[in-house]
Amino acid sequence: MISLTATDLLLCFLAVGALAAAAWAARLGISGQLLWLAVRASAQLLLLGLVLRFVIGSTSLPIVALMAVVMLLVAAREARRRQQRPLAGRSGYVVSAAAMFLSSFLCAAFALVVVLGPDPWWTPRFAIPLLGMLLGNTMNGVALSAERLTGSVVSSRDIIEQRLALGETRETAISGLVRESARAGLIPIFNAMAAAGIVSLPGMMTGQILAGAPVGEAVRYQVMILLLIAAGTGFGVLASVRITARRLFDDRHRLRLDRLTG
Amino acid sequence: MFSVSELEVGGLPALTFEVAAGRILAVSGPSGAGKTRLLRALADLDPAPGRVAWDGVERTGMPAPQWRRRVGLLPAEPRYWERSVRGHFPAGASGLEAGFRELGLDPGRLDDDPARLSTGERSRVALLRLLARRPRVLLLDEPTANLDQDSAARVVRLLTGYVEGRPAAAVWVSHRPEEIQLADRALRLPAGELTEAPGRAAP
Repeated sequence: MISLTATDLLLCFLAVGALAAAAWAARLGISGQLLWLAVRASAQLLLLGLVLRFVIGSTSLPIVALMAVVMLLVAAREARRRQQRPLAGRSGYVVSAAAMFLSSFLCAAFALVVVLGPDPWWTPRFAIPLLGMLLGNTMNGVALSAERLTGSVVSSRDIIEQRLALGETRETAISGLVRESARAGLIPIFNAMAAAGIVSLPGMMTGQILAGAPVGEAVRYQVMILLLIAAGTGFGVLASVRITARRLFDDRHRLRLDRLTG
Repeated sequence: MFSVSELEVGGLPALTFEVAAGRILAVSGPSGAGKTRLLRALADLDPAPGRVAWDGVERTGMPAPQWRRRVGLLPAEPRYWERSVRGHFPAGASGLEAGFRELGLDPGRLDDDPARLSTGERSRVALLRLLARRPRVLLLDEPTANLDQDSAARVVRLLTGYVEGRPAAAVWVSHRPEEIQLADRALRLPAGELTEAPGRAAP
């Protein structure tokens, strides 16, 4: 295994710096942002490294649980931030958090207890990276599907209300949009599964191989992660579109767009 | 009997009126006066405090979809969402072809893509898809606004026939004097004043 030093990382910055220079010459107006994001991403990862070193070294369930909850809340905030017109108030936040909690936490718990079986089951070296990968991908799916659902409900408002006016229930009136939105949220993971190993070398596997893990191990871990991500994202998307769809109507089956922000 | 009392529709004075089965209440007033808002409130599509009841049963006394199957709204700008025109009718609805012919529509349009309907066809088909559900109260938002004289006359004939035959109560938003003449009473918005109209059924 070849260790990376600070100098090595600075060399990598040269590549981004060159891109920033080219973008500046082409007057794309993104050079400043690019450099800032490169610094920010690196700082975030290094900081995470410090936290992980502490958490992974710990044997305290409360610390692992606290870390998991913080990750969930950050992911919920990000999922809400990525929608143009999320549910207003706290409920937008709560819906994403609930959907991701249900899917990511259950999938991670399943992998830990049934598949990997470390002792104790919440051993942070396994639990935290697993949960992180699940949450990151579920967040994408949840944000995409919720964005699609709220966007299409706003643009199909007349149709939905005319269906309600003919005596359809809120579930029937919105069922087509719910299906479309769920599919939209699953497109990235479907693409990832279709391209895995052919077009793309998944990041986790590549990282393990570069860091010196046996290729066979790396591949098997990648298969596990990919399948868990598919399940986690899927359940997260289903839960989020269901709950969001329900929140868009009141008990009298009225469309309540006033519950969206903006 | 369709009875409305102390209904508060945003910005309008509290409204109280009754429409018996077989009768028509005409609603008129300038744009923005609240005609559509009133119909939406009656269909329970917007929250509005007050009592709205059919045959003594309040709108809150049953699930909203059931209320809306009894109190049917004809929107001013009908939309379509199924692949075919027929898809918008209840499965097994009878007499569709006859209804199409009555309104001067080709029954062959039933299997067309709704996107190919003209504006006038869209509003006539919307009336048929509403009547196919046999509502007891009709909330009509300018049912003849986009129609030529012949089609408008056919729509009026079909509607008055339905109101008398079902019998159904109708709340009919219109600007046309000859349609307002059909009503027993007229409600003028935004003032909310109720006047006796000549009425086709009055002695």
